[in-house]
Amino acid sequence: MNLPNNPPELVCPAGTPAALRTAIDAGADAVYCGFQNATNARNFPGLNFTPEEMEESVDYAHKRGKKVLLALNTFPPAGQTSLWKQAVADGVRLGVDAMIVADIGVAHHIATTYPDQRLHLSVQAGAPSVEAIRYYCEEFGVKRVVLPRILSIPEIKQLKSDIPCEIETFIFGNQGLMAEGRCSLTNFVSGVSTNFDGVCSPPSDVTFHEDKNNMLYSQLGEFTIDCFSCAQGAGYPTICKGKYVAPHRNEPYYAFEEPISLNLFDLLPQMVGAGIEAFKIEGRQRSRAYIRQVVSAWRLAVDSVMQGKAVPKADLVALTEGQKETTGAFRSKQWR
Amino acid sequence: MSTKLALGPVLFNWKAEYWRDFYFRAADEWDVDIIYVGEVICSKRSPFFEPYYDEVASRLSAAGKKVVFSTLSEIMIPRERKMTASVCALDDYPVEANDAAALFHLRGKPHYIGQYVNTYNEDTMVHLVKNGAQHFTFPSELYATALKALVTETKKLGVGSEIMVFGRAPLALSARCYHARAHNKIKDTCQFVCENDPDGMELKTADGKPFLAINGVQTMSHTYLNLAQEIPEMMRWGLDYIRLSPHTLDMGKVIEAFQGVVQGRFEPLEAIRKIEEADPSLKFSNGFFHHQPGYLWRKTA
Repeated sequence: MNLPNNPPELVCPAGTPAALRTAIDAGADAVYCGFQNATNARNFPGLNFTPEEMEESVDYAHKRGKKVLLALNTFPPAGQTSLWKQAVADGVRLGVDAMIVADIGVAHHIATTYPDQRLHLSVQAGAPSVEAIRYYCEEFGVKRVVLPRILSIPEIKQLKSDIPCEIETFIFGNQGLMAEGRCSLTNFVSGVSTNFDGVCSPPSDVTFHEDKNNMLYSQLGEFTIDCFSCAQGAGYPTICKGKYVAPHRNEPYYAFEEPISLNLFDLLPQMVGAGIEAFKIEGRQRSRAYIRQVVSAWRLAVDSVMQGKAVPKADLVALTEGQKETTGAFRSKQWR
Repeated sequence: MSTKLALGPVLFNWKAEYWRDFYFRAADEWDVDIIYVGEVICSKRSPFFEPYYDEVASRLSAAGKKVVFSTLSEIMIPRERKMTASVCALDDYPVEANDAAALFHLRGKPHYIGQYVNTYNEDTMVHLVKNGAQHFTFPSELYATALKALVTETKKLGVGSEIMVFGRAPLALSARCYHARAHNKIKDTCQFVCENDPDGMELKTADGKPFLAINGVQTMSHTYLNLAQEIPEMMRWGLDYIRLSPHTLDMGKVIEAFQGVVQGRFEPLEAIRKIEEADPSLKFSNGFFHHQPGYLWRKTA
């Protein structure tokens, strides 16, 4: 196998300053995080950074030779762009290493106001084709694209030779199949938007109830998203991972996808060999214990591949959603 | 100018002859100014309609309609990229971009921006106009104050504005085909099962409540977006076009109803009644506009 000259970057999530320090101590090369508002796509209560915390975190990372990537990956609605512009100004002032953007307007603002600021294209921009990626590179000088989780490794290899920027791919965590940045399902049910409020399935709208047959139902707003026997225990109601009834099917089924996580541990040598520049772990909402365990396992795995050693098998399945894992799109196209 | 009507692209996998006759009827009978043609959802469907493109576009043009070709909303594999490149190369008709891959091809040439491009704010519009965009249809999840700010910006930039006011609301896109999945197939072996659901396949919750509708790789609302009551407000902003999204009910009656509101011939509630006559089973929603959960329906009058 051909190894790349530069080792790939391990990009890890941080929902809090403590999680950021944990990720860096566990071996992250870069950490991504956001401010405490709608400017990032994980705008949940108790998560994210104040500008002061961001400043301390950038300092912590830089002293250890690590990077901080600022997620500014939502779409400001007209009339509200000042919140995003303030976040950009704060990010520039604090010296974040890159800004992860999805909105054309936000990218336009950064590229025209701070032309030296490094930009990464968020998965929320939903750019899986040569032309879409080249559009963002040529228009805004994007240096890296975070690919949607819908391409196989041969497709990524081909893409790599056709685009003028680095590639970052997800390797572990939530497996979402809805095209990112183009989903209004939460807004349809809850009145808050994933795209402009940074919220998917808000906890404040989640309820559970049990019927007389001991079935447990999880609801988001007025709609039942999933049902379980009480023995199973109910999962968190995310609309695209719910069970629904279609006209020609008698039983509720997972109409979109199973609640399952992405785990590309076994494919890592192939992916490093494909020359992918950065690997991303999903989960800014996760605990420090989770971050420590997952980041350590992937650090060891990436280092082993780069040293030409066998990848030590880590048991990460217990940490995945529903304790089920998949290689998703990366191994084959059969899932489409 | 006063507000006019636009007929959005057919989003469903209709039988090709039915599709052709729908547009013939639009040419011969319907009082709409812009008509969008072209496959937006699935590249596998396109070969069925392509043989009729010339005939349909010429008949619509001859009837005085402005014909605009829409591109795919999701572009990834070589077939989709090729399709997009060839639609964007059209010289006879303007092209509506629904994905960044189309924006790539259309730079420097006058073009339209469709509702699948995330035009959420003024800066996005400024950038797209710099590259040749001259008309915008805004995403349906936006609420009134944001839409008003966007329409106001179109006036400054000297470009056209359009908002969808009728039809199942587009909610999500995916690389996976959920129509195929419902029939235990995958996209590559789908056997075009979506053609049996010409207005989408309805999904209910496990406890039987109507919820969503599946259209191949697209997820839509079960309810039909209906902004008849909000039209007078949007007209005060100076909105140029309202978009009606085609369904199998009598679209002639729907067009007549909305045309009546735009021309001030009857009240929005009367228009709603006329649409209900065309299909009494329809459930409406207008929550997005009012910054509420999108499925909600409120009669304001």
